[in-house]
Amino acid sequence: MDARRTDVLPDVTPTRSSGRPALALGLTLVGLAVLIAAPLFVYPVFLMKILCFALFAAAFNLLVGYVGLLSFGHAAFFGGAAYASAHALKVWGWPPEAGILFGALVGAGLGLAMGFFAIRRQGIYFSMITLALAQMVFFVCLQAPFTGGEDGIQNVPRGHLLGGFVDLSSNLNLYYVVLGITAFGLFAVWRIVRSPFGTILEAIRENEPRAVSLGYRVERYKLGAFVMSAGLAGLAGGTKALVFQLATLTDVAWQMSGEVILMTLLGGIGTFAGPVVGAALVAALEHYFATSSFPVTIITGLVFMACVLLFRRGIVGEIQHRWRR
Amino acid sequence: MTSTPILSTAGLRKEFRGFVAVNGVDLSVREGSIHALIGPNGAGKTTVFNLLTQFLKPTSGRVVYRGRDITAMAPADVARLGLVRSFQISAVFPKLTALANVRVALQRRAGFATQFWRSSGVLAALDDRARALLDDVGLSAHAETDAADLSYGRKRALEIATTLALEPDLLLLDEPMAGMAHEDIGRVSELIRTVAVGRTVLMVEHNLSVVADLCDQVTVLARGEVLAEGSYDEVSRDPRVREAYMGSEHA
Repeated sequence: MDARRTDVLPDVTPTRSSGRPALALGLTLVGLAVLIAAPLFVYPVFLMKILCFALFAAAFNLLVGYVGLLSFGHAAFFGGAAYASAHALKVWGWPPEAGILFGALVGAGLGLAMGFFAIRRQGIYFSMITLALAQMVFFVCLQAPFTGGEDGIQNVPRGHLLGGFVDLSSNLNLYYVVLGITAFGLFAVWRIVRSPFGTILEAIRENEPRAVSLGYRVERYKLGAFVMSAGLAGLAGGTKALVFQLATLTDVAWQMSGEVILMTLLGGIGTFAGPVVGAALVAALEHYFATSSFPVTIITGLVFMACVLLFRRGIVGEIQHRWRR
Repeated sequence: MTSTPILSTAGLRKEFRGFVAVNGVDLSVREGSIHALIGPNGAGKTTVFNLLTQFLKPTSGRVVYRGRDITAMAPADVARLGLVRSFQISAVFPKLTALANVRVALQRRAGFATQFWRSSGVLAALDDRARALLDDVGLSAHAETDAADLSYGRKRALEIATTLALEPDLLLLDEPMAGMAHEDIGRVSELIRTVAVGRTVLMVEHNLSVVADLCDQVTVLARGEVLAEGSYDEVSRDPRVREAYMGSEHA
């Protein structure tokens, strides 16, 4: 394919339409119905964890799947936003909606700063710069006085939504709020990919020199996508801090960047549903192996290897590919 | 030269790690002309193209477009001034339809390029203009075909339609006939003649019969330097030009 793009990525074509809009709409509605009923059968906090990671992976997929840039530093946006939201909620006493929004803005701001340096490079160099910058954010979180060092920020109050109307200390109430946030975030990704801006992103991905020769300042488009991806990752991180009432170094460590890559790759890079499926699968694996003595990283590692060796398009990507033949 | 040049260079030079690819080229392209840049392989034609459009930065020398020094400009900004180039390898967006290819070129000036909150359905507003451009290059029957599935000649035609969508004042075509079948060459030649009305065209071309047929002015490059300049008849009689070409043919 295109040597300028990273060889790390499988050669997949992002899907902008399933070819069957009625089927896609139907599946979306069924999925939404299942998610609305789910907390009656499954522990809501576990479901909220899946939703947060689904949004995080979808935000990551916006960049890797539709711009072709493999970031290895998305933990900085997720974790940075988790700290920002936790701080705003706990220390400044902000209402939850403002706290989460602040987290998303911090994520986008970090994205602007990191993207400014990273988008000038391509392939593995881009990945390495994002990793290096994300490690700098990690060390700030480790050392800065307001992050609580190794302890992180604990006991973040969930508070009340809409000026005291909705009590978020109820897991069920919070679940529906998180479901709404995630649905909004996923819709945002869907809309961006299928917008006039998304068309230009696709053109840049397909033939960057040609896009330049048509007068497009491609760095700005890439930076725009990077900031949107970071902002949505921040939305996920801020929401996660509210759900678990916690922001820790785990959220901002490089393993988190690796985990979101795993989720997206497993579900299917460049597919809309892939990151959601991948996030659910990885979260479920971690959940069920958390109580066993068998180390969960070995399981996720094996799953990752199976994915790379056997179905490089990811679960959803593979299904779509076979469906179309 | 009577009229002022639309594009000129002064002492254009490009070195790659000690190798001088372009050495002191003074080029002058008259407004409204079809100007060919020819020369044996490795003469530096494509490098000159890259320097003119700022895809490469010259080691020294200047590029002046309509009296304005564009040497330090970003390539996208050069395109915005109306100096639009094509590429030697056909430059289409392969997984987009022919219609969508042209629309991408129209999007920026229509103000549709940065809207991320609207549906791409709004781009249908550009369809009429895009279809008209496809019609101009004889591709109206292939509007819904993916660019990757078009024949080579049609890809080049699509590329020209996409370039014309920007309404450029100066078209830079890098080997528009390269690798093209005989019947396609005639069609694309006709196309270039048509689009050159009211525009200036600078083209790199290997096919000398196309150059003789099409171009008002010819610049011959050899080893990164201008060997001769003039009409096709003038330069083809130049013994140094003959030698450069013969030399390359025997090599």
